[in-house]
Amino acid sequence: MAKKPVTFTLNGTERAAFADPGQNLLDLLRRGVGDLTPKYGCAQGGCGACTVLIDGAPHLSCLVLGETVEGRAVETAAGLSGAALHPLQEAFMVHFAAQCGYCTPGMLMAAKALLDQTPKPTREEVEEAISGNLCRCTGYEPIIAAILSVANGSVRA
Amino acid sequence: MTPAVETYATLAEAARAMASGDGVYLAGGTLLMRAVNAGEVPRRIIRTTDRTLREIAPVGDAVRIGAGVTMVELLQNRELAFLHAAARQVGGPQIRAMGTVGGNLFAPHPYGDLAVALLALGARVVMAGQAGARPLADLLRDRARTGLVAAIECPRPRDARSFGFLKVSRVHPRGASVVSIGAHLPREGGRIRGARIAFGAMGAAPLQASAAERALEGQALDAAAIARAGAVAAQGIDPPSDSLASSWYRREVSGVHLRRLLESMERG
Repeated sequence: MAKKPVTFTLNGTERAAFADPGQNLLDLLRRGVGDLTPKYGCAQGGCGACTVLIDGAPHLSCLVLGETVEGRAVETAAGLSGAALHPLQEAFMVHFAAQCGYCTPGMLMAAKALLDQTPKPTREEVEEAISGNLCRCTGYEPIIAAILSVANGSVRA
Repeated sequence: MTPAVETYATLAEAARAMASGDGVYLAGGTLLMRAVNAGEVPRRIIRTTDRTLREIAPVGDAVRIGAGVTMVELLQNRELAFLHAAARQVGGPQIRAMGTVGGNLFAPHPYGDLAVALLALGARVVMAGQAGARPLADLLRDRARTGLVAAIECPRPRDARSFGFLKVSRVHPRGASVVSIGAHLPREGGRIRGARIAFGAMGAAPLQASAAERALEGQALDAAAIARAGAVAAQGIDPPSDSLASSWYRREVSGVHLRRLLESMERG
């Protein structure tokens, strides 16, 4: 079956790739364009490790048909840091919000989606925003604290 | 095996492509891509970019919701505030950004919380290429043999307090349903007229609790009526067992949760 050319922006840069029929976006990102930050977890929408933003909204890239991102803007954790770490990455480090780190890229993108929409979220809003992301190491508290610290501007406090 | 992906500009073309019976329709992807990832790959994946599927518009006393409207879009629409409690309970933020109203009608047990609310409200389903609308209850009874859903027409409750929704899960804030309940109890002169109670996770698809509906019909929503409805809640229903709860457990607790929902509605 023929591959389909897909053009989209990845972290602000225009990218083109060939999508296999039925190939999900996670696989397209990892194998098609070499962005390894979204992680392959459950492949059934339960864990959130593959979370990316599409046109600013959090999506499970494992459940998105790759070719459907034609013309859309995809953001992954690879686009977070420039010369310095993104405040969320800084906060995750300071608050020990990662242990094995497998959930971290998805957590960061879920948190970014929240803070882009709601710069001063309540604790409940943070809990809700990461409710689609599983972490089996931290017990979530350090992650919630890290996200709240970015919102409060107190990452290093 | 790799599927052929067919993208159509209009819903009518997609419906025609579906008519041959060997295609599977792709909407938000949360059900179909999960199956594809698990190796259940259909021969043809059919989708459409038709914008009319994303429209929300009032139709008389009802609201017409395009099948392609996502949970997030539904939650952003103030006309649909009466459905927000149910839509907020569907999945996590990612699933709500992806999952559609039309797709929710086909979610397998124990999913499909929005469909429970729609069933309780007496929603009707508009099929692509067919005039008129059919009751959602009919579609839910036989979801395998059906056409393509174009839109839902959901009657707006005349009084917001006449509709209640409750989802019971073991994991908070996000977990699958042990049971979910929608209750629409319009009142005339203090008496319930046209009681509709729908259960999710109590069968293969959302279903009506007809014994509880009969117990409430014509009654005032008081402690006695609530107790009677709770006592017969699971009558005639054979709930499934899964990793969340056994059939026995669901039968035992469904009435308790129905009672709690009705009590909260009574308090207003």
